[in-house]
Amino acid sequence: MSERLWGILRDSFPRLLGYGVRVTIPLTVVSFALALAISVLVALIQYANVKVLRQICRFYIWIIRGTPLLVQLYLVFYGLPSVGIVLDAWPAAVLVFGFNEGAYMAETMRGALESVSTGQVEAGYCVGMNYLQIMAHVVLPQAFRTAFPALSNSLISMLKGTSMAATITVMEMFRQAQVINGRVYESLGLYSEVAVIYLAFCTILTWLQHKGEKKLASYGGTRK
Amino acid sequence: MMLDIQNVHKKFNETDVLKGIDLQVEKGDVVAILGPSGSGKTTFLRCLNFLERADKGTMIFDGETFDLGAASRQEIARIRKKTAFVFQNYNLFLNKTVLQNVTLGLTVGARMNKAEARDIAETMLRKVGMADRLTSYPNQLSGGQQQRVAIARALASSPEIIYFDEPTSALDPELIGEVLAVMRQLAEDGMTMLVVTHEMDFARNVSNKVLFMEGGNVIENGPSKEFFANPTHPRTKEFIRTILESRQ
Repeated sequence: MSERLWGILRDSFPRLLGYGVRVTIPLTVVSFALALAISVLVALIQYANVKVLRQICRFYIWIIRGTPLLVQLYLVFYGLPSVGIVLDAWPAAVLVFGFNEGAYMAETMRGALESVSTGQVEAGYCVGMNYLQIMAHVVLPQAFRTAFPALSNSLISMLKGTSMAATITVMEMFRQAQVINGRVYESLGLYSEVAVIYLAFCTILTWLQHKGEKKLASYGGTRK
Repeated sequence: MMLDIQNVHKKFNETDVLKGIDLQVEKGDVVAILGPSGSGKTTFLRCLNFLERADKGTMIFDGETFDLGAASRQEIARIRKKTAFVFQNYNLFLNKTVLQNVTLGLTVGARMNKAEARDIAETMLRKVGMADRLTSYPNQLSGGQQQRVAIARALASSPEIIYFDEPTSALDPELIGEVLAVMRQLAEDGMTMLVVTHEMDFARNVSNKVLFMEGGNVIENGPSKEFFANPTHPRTKEFIRTILESRQ
């Protein structure tokens, strides 16, 4: 490796990592929190079969899953201003990432809710609990346990997906790599470097997922 | 009379499952509900606790009259408070320990304080012989143990009557005895019970009344001694004969 490239990588590393920690991770966390809230709400509406709202949820999932994330970003950030809705890049990115991943996670959650036996719901009624109490104490905790691996997948996929925010001017880690590259023209080196940082972040998340699954495995291990 | 049930009707997709069932229950009665599969026994029991909504029917419970087809949410809650249900598949809360399974209805449903609920739960679990497994999860228990926990859960709310829906049908043969023993003990303690079952020994020796159903109708309804000694209806005779034959 040339002395020059080595110097570039050494200088850019703390800067890229800094953007990763200060922008990519917060962007992921905030967007994921939004996605999680949306997914639980949308899944519950479908599980409880709430009229009209249920149709709206199906429509939302249909639209989101049937159009590319990149197009959604462009529509919200570059398209909406022409009808008077002007969003800053950061909130636009959070909204799009949250609503996008939320649609996929809603399907995950719905499947997980439906996997909890209806007998437990009936038993809940018979011991004097109401619908919301049964959901909160019995159904949702089990659904989260079932959905946990798939939700972890969504989180990891979202972390990498935040690099697309670069296309709507969010100065996150990948955009920063592009900026530096624009000065020094070391595409292979710089993009490899940023790839390694993403890989490190995802490795940490995978490790956390395993820890989380172990912790959650406490209700008697194998399920029937 | 504690419970007077009149003229219960239920249809599933145009199929008449219950065609006017009547049943009178005195305090302390143990009623065995018998009949071939598909006769509507389970549906009848589920209608009494609104797990299924009857199309029509009346229930007089402690002198208060309820319309089974049109009871309000408050009325349903009031009836459920006086009753408990034991399911064929136990239906324990899989994310809760044995102790939590019994306390949950008390602390969350009835807003009882935790210490009091725990005392009640431990008493009931001792009664069913499960007090040494308080921190186990349902999946760590055998079917018989799960069903005994389910019975403790049913007892915890001090119900006036417990409905049992084929409580031993999902159990391996060697585990049936432990559950029946608990039920027999409850009967001796004077608990009022409605039991849908295929266990003829239980029906004959523990229950004092039998309701025999077929095709959504009551064929025979009376003291269990008479039912087994002198069945009057030809269908009853045939049913008892088949049961006895199948056991040989």
